[in-house]
Amino acid sequence: MTIDKLLKGLKAWDPRAIGRAISLVENGDDSAEAILSSLDEDLISEATILGITGPPGAGKSTLTNGIISQLRQSRKRIGIIAIDPSSPISGGAILGDRIRMMQHATDQDVVMRSMATRGRLGGLCATAGAAVRIMASCGCSNIIIETVGVGQSEMDIIRLADITLLVLAPGLGDDIQAMKAGLLEVADILVVNKADCKGADILAMDLEAVTRKGSATPTPVSMTVATESKGIAELLDQIEKVDSEHRDSGERQKRRRGAHNQEVLDWCLEILRPRLLAEITKKGLPLLGDPRLKAKKILEEQ
Amino acid sequence: MTEKTPKKRVLVGKPGLDGHDRGAKFLAQALRDAGFEVVYTGIRRSPEEIAAAAIQEDVDALGLSSLSGAHMRLFPAVVEALAKAGAPEIPVLGGGVIPDEDILALKAAGIVEIFTPGTPVDIIISAFQDACEKKSAG
Ligand SMILES: Nc1nc2c(ncn2[C@@H]2O[C@H](COP(=O)(O)OP(=O)(O)O)[C@@H](O)[C@H]2O)c(=O)[nH]1
Ligand SMILES: [Mg+2]
Repeated sequence: MTIDKLLKGLKAWDPRAIGRAISLVENGDDSAEAILSSLDEDLISEATILGITGPPGAGKSTLTNGIISQLRQSRKRIGIIAIDPSSPISGGAILGDRIRMMQHATDQDVVMRSMATRGRLGGLCATAGAAVRIMASCGCSNIIIETVGVGQSEMDIIRLADITLLVLAPGLGDDIQAMKAGLLEVADILVVNKADCKGADILAMDLEAVTRKGSATPTPVSMTVATESKGIAELLDQIEKVDSEHRDSGERQKRRRGAHNQEVLDWCLEILRPRLLAEITKKGLPLLGDPRLKAKKILEEQ
Repeated sequence: MTEKTPKKRVLVGKPGLDGHDRGAKFLAQALRDAGFEVVYTGIRRSPEEIAAAAIQEDVDALGLSSLSGAHMRLFPAVVEALAKAGAPEIPVLGGGVIPDEDILALKAAGIVEIFTPGTPVDIIISAFQDACEKKSAG
């Protein structure tokens, strides 16, 4: 596909062009700049970006599938970015989130992209952010980012979202008290999925107790049975409520700004890393002497 | 980005109605272990769903598995669905319990490579590598 044809495809909101454009940006292709500067900033600022995180197996993909179905009833175009970890050994990855969402595969207004973390330091935020922008610019008024809530780089991704759901389920062996600090805090809404399973009520009660403790505005807890699309309409109402609060209070703008700065920083590092590496290799530095001092000197020379 | 060579992305899917995903899972894992990013779509997919997913995911190649004996209908149907969706350049490879006489017919129908239960893994991997490279070259 030539770059002209690709840009035309993006203007026409063609899923094929969207897929190609994301790959080119993800691979750091030279055409990335032409692509990214062609995007529709108005559509990007209007879109709602929903982050869905939580432990593996909690039902994030199944829930996403249910949310897509619900949102499609109002004919909205939806973008989904599903992120899974790359294998640290082979660098490969199995991206299996689509399994739960295949009922929407032939819907031209559901645009989905699976993405591997590629063991990036940070950089993931830049590429996932670019994917969000490309989708939003191609008419996706709602964009869902699904990511496993375990690693730091995955957690950074969630900063891209306007609203974040933390999805939990009974029987996953997660002790709430021991749950990674931060995971509960990033959430705007806690979702107890698999409400049809034993232990869901207790989990919801525990969560409510934890978020009430020491907070004037406890995080709302929703219950869902994603496999039966139960509780999804109520969850979307809750999301809308939080969204309008965030818009009124300026929280949405504040988050957008924070995410934007993070993305710019991420791109700086992405662009600098190969340059600096080349510079360092070229210098053939002696083994003697302190690395930090050398780093400072190299940066000053830039 | 951090690495110079773009990652190879492939989609592994299983068209047809039988529920055996052993072959597809084996293929997905072998490709993952060889460094590919594998979009796995699970069992019981229509050729149109597989083609649409392959396009959105912008994969370099598509691997199909079939144990039901319906490969003569389903594999070419995926090739057709890709062409219809405007992506005839995505190479399709297939695996399954496939008799020799069908292999020629499938290749004639546009499937670039066929694997049977006896095919060694490294042959499969290098066939995918070749297919991916040919695609990005052409
Ligand atoms: N009983 C029950 N099972 C569910 C529910 N939601 C998802 N599951 C199952 O949980 C498993 C993991 O779901 P998935 O969406 O892939 O989880 P993810 O790893 O968080 O994306 C699958 O087998 C789903 O069918 C639910 O509400 N109730
Ligand atoms: Mg998932």
